[in-house]
Amino acid sequence: MSEVIVVTSGKGGVGKTTTSANVGTGLAAMGKRVVLIDTDIGLRNLDVVMGLENRIVYNLVDVVENKCRIKQALIKDKRHPSLYLMPSAQTKDKTAVTPEQMVRMINQLREQFDYIILDCPAGIEQGFKNAIAGADRALVVTTPEVSAIRDADRIIGLLEANDFKQIDLVINRLRPDMVKRGEMMSASDVIDILSVPLIGIVPDDENVVIATNQGEPLVGNNTLAGRAYQNICYRVTGRETPFLEFEKSFSFWTRVSGIFRKN
Amino acid sequence: MGFKHFFSRKKSREIAKDRLKILLISDRVNCSPEMMEMIKTDIAKVISKYMQIDTKSMEIQISKTGVKGHDGKMPTLYANIPILDLHSK
Repeated sequence: MSEVIVVTSGKGGVGKTTTSANVGTGLAAMGKRVVLIDTDIGLRNLDVVMGLENRIVYNLVDVVENKCRIKQALIKDKRHPSLYLMPSAQTKDKTAVTPEQMVRMINQLREQFDYIILDCPAGIEQGFKNAIAGADRALVVTTPEVSAIRDADRIIGLLEANDFKQIDLVINRLRPDMVKRGEMMSASDVIDILSVPLIGIVPDDENVVIATNQGEPLVGNNTLAGRAYQNICYRVTGRETPFLEFEKSFSFWTRVSGIFRKN
Repeated sequence: MGFKHFFSRKKSREIAKDRLKILLISDRVNCSPEMMEMIKTDIAKVISKYMQIDTKSMEIQISKTGVKGHDGKMPTLYANIPILDLHSK
């Protein structure tokens, strides 16, 4: 049984594409058959984050316009044999595809994949409507900032209006040091405000920039963000996974008792 | 930043939370903060007829996680009105 997940946020630049790339790669590393679909027509980016930009021949618009078969547009990942990317078109605009066409394409892909992950464009217009049309569940990405949370709230409202039964929140670029100083909202502050279940917290980590520079998702490696994304993948598949230590605002005493517990 | 201000400064985390709470109420109902303020004063006016309430600390909020309506989640208006004296004046 396949599951179609849309990664969305409303606001741009909060980490939708990075989250899509890492969750897709992480699930593939767990042995799942995964296809990542870049639905941001005109501003494609998932290909570069995945390091697959040189292999594009056909794209999503070619598929819906019947210029090629689905299989011809799918690019096989460099590292994981069960991971594929469907790139977006760079020269078309959002109106080149309709929600009905998206649903049709996704239903064909369901037969071959366990997870279909849709990287949604920013905004709430046509591109957003296309991306959510065929999805079963959503990952809403936000950062602990007023503007991103406001947009996330709007998106959650729209997803609920479209009968989404499962909406999970990813809090990205959290800085535990700033939370401790009282200069950034904590994960629990954000959940209180948005009242949707939390599926993961990704700390602000320079390794994300390095990974993007190299075109290699960092999920699963031994960086803070890599571990956080790995945990999100486990939770996506339903495996219960405790939150990482930085995700809790621990006091001096719990840290001391933690030292004893390790022994 | 003045001397007094420095010590009484509210952390930006709290400021952000407070701003968002107000902002999202009006976003969710699709009406302006002014209108929410008017609803609040009107509710306060009506309740005050019957009991003494703390109008300064009363809060109203529109939440989506309310009761289930016939077509899924229905937005619900929550009013938190501290009563100072149950008996009328």
